[in-house]
Amino acid sequence: MITLSEMNAGETAVVIRIEADGELKQRLFSLGLRKGSHLKIKATSIAKSTMEIEVESTLLALRFEEAKHIAVQRA
Amino acid sequence: MNELIIALVGQPNVGKSMLINSIADARLKVGNFSGVTVEKAEVRFMTQNRSIKIVDLPGTYSLNDYTQDERVTKDFLENEHYDLIINVVDATNLERNLYLTTQLLELDKKMIVALNMMDEAHKEGISIDHEQLSSILGVPCIKVSAATKRGIGKLLNRAIDVSLFPFEKSKLIYSDVVEEEVEKLSFFLKQKRYKTELAYRDLVLKLLQNDPKVYQKMHDEPIWIELSPLLKEALEHLYLHHETKDVSEVFAEERAAFAKGAVTETVTCKKSISKNVTEKIDALLIHKFFGIPIFIFLMWGLFQLTFTLGSIPMDWIDAFFSAFGNYAKTILGEGELGSLVADGAISGVGAVVMFLPNIVILFFGIALLETTGYMARVAFLLDGFFHRFGLHGKSFIPLVTGFGCSVPAYMSARTLKNDKDRLITLFIIGFMSCGAKLPVYVLFAGAFFAGNNAGNVLFLIYLAGAFIGLIAAKFLKLFVFKGVDEPFVMEMPKYRLPSLKLIWHTVVTKAIMYLKKAGTFILGASMLVWFASNYPKYPSIEESFSQKIEMASSDEEKTMLTNEKAQLLLEKSFLGMLGKSTDVLFQPIGFDWKMTVALESGLAAKEVVVSTLGVLYALGSDVDEGNEGLISELQKQISFASSVSFIIFVMFYLPCMAASVVFMKESGSYKYLVYLFVFTTVIAWGLAFIGYRIALLV
Repeated sequence: MITLSEMNAGETAVVIRIEADGELKQRLFSLGLRKGSHLKIKATSIAKSTMEIEVESTLLALRFEEAKHIAVQRA
Repeated sequence: MNELIIALVGQPNVGKSMLINSIADARLKVGNFSGVTVEKAEVRFMTQNRSIKIVDLPGTYSLNDYTQDERVTKDFLENEHYDLIINVVDATNLERNLYLTTQLLELDKKMIVALNMMDEAHKEGISIDHEQLSSILGVPCIKVSAATKRGIGKLLNRAIDVSLFPFEKSKLIYSDVVEEEVEKLSFFLKQKRYKTELAYRDLVLKLLQNDPKVYQKMHDEPIWIELSPLLKEALEHLYLHHETKDVSEVFAEERAAFAKGAVTETVTCKKSISKNVTEKIDALLIHKFFGIPIFIFLMWGLFQLTFTLGSIPMDWIDAFFSAFGNYAKTILGEGELGSLVADGAISGVGAVVMFLPNIVILFFGIALLETTGYMARVAFLLDGFFHRFGLHGKSFIPLVTGFGCSVPAYMSARTLKNDKDRLITLFIIGFMSCGAKLPVYVLFAGAFFAGNNAGNVLFLIYLAGAFIGLIAAKFLKLFVFKGVDEPFVMEMPKYRLPSLKLIWHTVVTKAIMYLKKAGTFILGASMLVWFASNYPKYPSIEESFSQKIEMASSDEEKTMLTNEKAQLLLEKSFLGMLGKSTDVLFQPIGFDWKMTVALESGLAAKEVVVSTLGVLYALGSDVDEGNEGLISELQKQISFASSVSFIIFVMFYLPCMAASVVFMKESGSYKYLVYLFVFTTVIAWGLAFIGYRIALLV
């Protein structure tokens, strides 16, 4: 099991667990990212500080810092 | 019959504003929610003999209270009076949108779901069985398209219908596990014949979701002793089943499952086109290497447009108001009344209207960036850099705008949704040297640095200002606006063609808001400055000068005498007195009283600094930064070190009055203006002191 921050553009994964609390967790839930979600990393910014992922039909941007809290499995 | 109040609720980017615009046409009223800088749009109208008021609540992904927008929406829905919710959802992204819908259903209010963007959904091959969806949710679902204006009449008719019938409970059904526990606990309450206003099911659901209010109430009831262990057991079951100990996660999963179920049963999707369009555009616009250059190019274009194109009407406005002022003087005479009207009121209004072209063009550009979905990409591209300094990717736009003019810069900081991010950005905007500071820099750089070096010095001034600004942001983040960062998780909306009507509306609203709110303050303040620099009157001085001027033989002598008179009067005015009495504060950084007065007059507007220096060195007020006389006068009277110190002070101290007023409005409190004054003055003074001492050594 790895975290989302360790993945590269073009890869796909399934969310195993969200290890965050409060605001981040609720924000991820309401944007459709939760345990069992399938996601695809669409792009990362030049210094690998932010990434764009696709969950269901939503595109999300998040920081690598936040991605560290999302445990995933490559799919 | 009473007015029917409708709350318009939905997630961001679902076309809510476009919908209310389509309903309202030109009747939309825009203000602020009380106490916060969150825009509140309202429309009142009559249809079918009912008067209707629709309030557009800020877009929110769920009913939490983390961001200001979320708080405003939640607060309104829980505490204000309204009759009906219209929940606007994006038909092309139904599942995620229904997550909010499930929360709204639990508010137990009359509700209608507006399936917006149906036209787009059709193009994407999505079809929705809205009748089936209505029966799953237990509330009417209406297909609409704000863009093509279809279904809007039907939506309003249905809203009136629903308002006339008694409230029917919606049917949000959870998974078997949750329903079983709800059943058990409700049965217990029923056996106990427990009396409550809420239905047992609602009460139990609230308890299971750890609703603090309900908990507090139940805690004081005798039944709590028996209920509490049952509740604990029920929660343990849920935890076990959902493999988590967090009840909010349990219910998030439940809601998501419900939304997924509803979508599976009602939506059929044939093909997906628009997503590919977004994908293709994104491949270019957020490209690892091309993304940032493309953005910089677009920004460059916008600023060229704002400040080059904007300067044309600005010149007209300037010419118009000075002609108007002169005309007023010919009617009212050169006396006190004429001076009050022309130099005080008319030039004050002129100063307000002057910024209008900039604001209109810039906000046209920003509205374009926001409605097309590009703004989110900007944040994505730049967040890495700005986050290091405690800022947000979206801080870029206000900061760069600050190089042109602080007034629209402060206004554009609204794109930052997080309070702290917005405040930090607001605090450092002034460090991005605005266009009006340029003449001061040019004058001093020209006077005290060799011609071939002056350009480099100018560049250095701008760069140093921005750099210190970023450091100051980091400082504010570490010591003032402390606390955990807001997580950066942001939707990247699909690229959409902008609605010109919506953009037009945004621009007009901004312009009116600026004129109304800032205008009154700026007008008052510029009258005050006019007063301070013209009073008290010294008839004897004026008299003796008029005599001398009449006696003067040559025109040259006359001009000299007129200028000398102006100098003496300004020196003895309230502004001059203020400068002289506060001069002692500026002596350690090498200012004489004339520099102090010029600096203080710059609080009104930076353009005034140069002309004040002109008056004080008896060269008249018509000098500009290229004036040879002024340059040689400065070289004679001011040391190199003092001029360095002066430049540094101007770089960092409080922006002009117009900007300060707008700052106060956008930060939400006069308290912050006081902080800004202290913050900028301390930095300006401190750095000027360091610069002065170093320059003395050189």
